[in-house]
Amino acid sequence: MVKDLSVELCGIRLKNPVIPASGTFGFGLELADDMDLDVLGGISLKGTTLEARYGNPTPRIAECDGGMINSVGLQNPGIDVLVNEKVPALRKVYGGCVVANISGFSLDEYRTCCAKADACEGIDIIEVNISCPNVHNGGMAFGTDQASAAEVTRTVKEVCRKPVFIKLSPNVTDIVAIARACEDAGADGLTLVNTFLGMRIDIARRKPVIANKMGGYSGRAVFPVALRMVYQVAHACRIPVMGCGGVASERDVVEMMMAGATAVQVGAENLRNPFACPQIIDALPGLMEELGIDSLKEIISAV
Amino acid sequence: MKEVTFTVLENDPVAPRTFRMKLAGDTSAICCSGEFVQVAVEGKFLRRPISVHDCDWETLTLVYKVVGEGTAALSAKRPGDKVNALTGLGNSFDIDACQGRALLLGGGVGTAPLYLLAKELVAQSKEITVILGFNTAEEVMLADRFEELGAKVYIATMDGSAGTKGFVTDVLRIKNVSYDYFYACGPKPMLKAVCAAVRGSGEVSLEERMGCGAGFCYGCSIQTKNGPRRVCKDGPVFKKEELLW
Repeated sequence: MVKDLSVELCGIRLKNPVIPASGTFGFGLELADDMDLDVLGGISLKGTTLEARYGNPTPRIAECDGGMINSVGLQNPGIDVLVNEKVPALRKVYGGCVVANISGFSLDEYRTCCAKADACEGIDIIEVNISCPNVHNGGMAFGTDQASAAEVTRTVKEVCRKPVFIKLSPNVTDIVAIARACEDAGADGLTLVNTFLGMRIDIARRKPVIANKMGGYSGRAVFPVALRMVYQVAHACRIPVMGCGGVASERDVVEMMMAGATAVQVGAENLRNPFACPQIIDALPGLMEELGIDSLKEIISAV
Repeated sequence: MKEVTFTVLENDPVAPRTFRMKLAGDTSAICCSGEFVQVAVEGKFLRRPISVHDCDWETLTLVYKVVGEGTAALSAKRPGDKVNALTGLGNSFDIDACQGRALLLGGGVGTAPLYLLAKELVAQSKEITVILGFNTAEEVMLADRFEELGAKVYIATMDGSAGTKGFVTDVLRIKNVSYDYFYACGPKPMLKAVCAAVRGSGEVSLEERMGCGAGFCYGCSIQTKNGPRRVCKDGPVFKKEELLW
């Protein structure tokens, strides 16, 4: 029997649930020569702010057991370049779901950027990043407090007609409370989780490995923690969840979906294997056969 | 970019903590000198970027220094073992920028990628002078290989145990070397000194901690006169004039 990999996110049909996570797949175009992007369920573009940013000083990558720390710090060309150049260029080679990931340092910045993303024809979903651990006075600060998470959500919902997903930080005491606050404020969906604030020290140099001292830890090791958070949030909220955090295989995708994810983002794994997403998608039908699954939709929140 | 599983042919020390690894496998994605490959190491999350030292239709040769656990694991590979690498990464040296006389400056293991460059320049009948810098005489490597290609080779060592005592730039001050374009690879302080001291145009190959190695994670970006540039994709070779130090 032909396996049905498709899922639906807020009325948007994805041919499969696998989406490269923001920051681990550039603006899509960087990999257009190396793979057929159209096999992907969607692409979450690199986090974008109002103004162009260089980001943090290097080194901004550190190896860890089972993962890595990054402190890129939202390097991006700014929202105008995203909507006027990056997205139209991507649309020439890619027909699937495009998720624009928007970050900001103030409510006004979130409002302006999201309005521009909403007006951009090539963008399907707006993913609002309130969880970047690598920038000061912004990013994660909005995502670690229920009131400010709700305020960002309300602000962007006022200017967006497209589905708005809020990307949550795992660096909180109670992620369910933040998730509920976003849902109550009108979020159409949630992406979780972003990276875990971490650190490494070069013991020979007696200095942090990362120039910015700390960064976001991600990779295979965080999978059980991310899965637990997806499970808790998906069972506490009615809006769809994109599960993210340590996903590295087709088995992880199925596990995330059983925990409650409607779509699944693959992040750090892309950095060690740029072909991770197409390989996972290729392997899904075989795993579905093994598990007796005809349609992936039927396993969402199966547990 | 192409993912290839190579078979180790040789993996032998060429200097203290420095190894030359010859690999058999598909090298079709590797075009020119200056490129690098991203080598997977068992038990490590990220791949390790290593410059292409030499390459032909069937073999790829890497010269690398053991600087941590990843490269230490690589040095334990024996003939017949497998090594997975992403190939065809990075830009390349601009061999056409040199009109006729090239100056190659290498520091430590940064000497490695200059060898394939020298071969390409020789194939274009260009005249080559090579200045290599090391800490001590026992670290000196590859000098004979450049000589085999017909290059004039000078050595500098920090302790004076071989060649001129001091930096590669000290050799340049003492010797009368004529060139119209330079190429350099080595530690950042050396490259900075080279760009400040060497007159005329040239280019340098930079090193940076990388994530993906293929231009999509933006982990290795540096600030240049032309804005942010990814060392892995827009580099690793940059024109002297483009760099901010």
